[in-house]
Amino acid sequence: MSASPAPVEVDRPAGEDVVAPDRPWQVICWNDPINLMSYVTFVFQKLFGYSFQKATKLMLDVHHKGKAIVSSGTREKAEFDTFRLHAHGLWATMEHPS
Amino acid sequence: MPEFGRPESERRVKRTRRGFELRLPREEREVLRTLPAQLREILPTDDPAVGRLFPPAYPDDPERSDEYRRLVRDDLLAGHLEALRVMESTLDARRLTEEQLVGWLSALNDLRLVLGTKLDVTEETYERALTDEHPDAPGLALYFYLGWLEEQVVEALAGGLDTAGGKPGAGSDLPPPG
Repeated sequence: MSASPAPVEVDRPAGEDVVAPDRPWQVICWNDPINLMSYVTFVFQKLFGYSFQKATKLMLDVHHKGKAIVSSGTREKAEFDTFRLHAHGLWATMEHPS
Repeated sequence: MPEFGRPESERRVKRTRRGFELRLPREEREVLRTLPAQLREILPTDDPAVGRLFPPAYPDDPERSDEYRRLVRDDLLAGHLEALRVMESTLDARRLTEEQLVGWLSALNDLRLVLGTKLDVTEETYERALTDEHPDAPGLALYFYLGWLEEQVVEALAGGLDTAGGKPGAGSDLPPPG
């Protein structure tokens, strides 16, 4: 929250990681025993502009299923979203389903 | 993920038209006072609990995770330090701006993450009662207090977001410390 969301620069050769629009990178948020349910919902709303209902549903998915895909897109976008989640203390990873 | 409730009469953070009221009793401010400095001291170290604040982005790709960490570590660290600075510099405040309260939220969450990791907190921790003699009892009491307080900070801040369809923070009752 206090961390200014600085863009994550990715320095890779052009042509690498060209992602087809139908195969975006996924940002996964994992359950943990410390972050508050209300806090996680709040962060999803704040970072991604999700409605309270959508943010709550994602939070409950994380809580009950252990994880949820909370955002997706190009590798750059996914890495930026992962960074923002990390800045808020959430346990997020990214992957590229193949 | 835990959730804490609280009786209305013990509300510590209240949204007003001019920002937020911080209604912390003196003894709670004293409890909080030394915490930012303690975390700031261990943040730059390789204390395993501090690692919780710098998670890997690519769990199956150590090379990319290292690269990610190298790119973001300074920004993450700066964010954590700034939040601790805000909390520390407004510890005696009766009113906070939204920006300052956001700093408190971030600092409280970071403190809970590191303390909870040190105490090896699991979902079962919330069900289990420790005797006062248990060596972890003081740490857990502090950990629960910070969660109780953070819950109220979230609730106050979330009042400014779309909360239609439900009230955040409603949950099981947990008493304040002391």
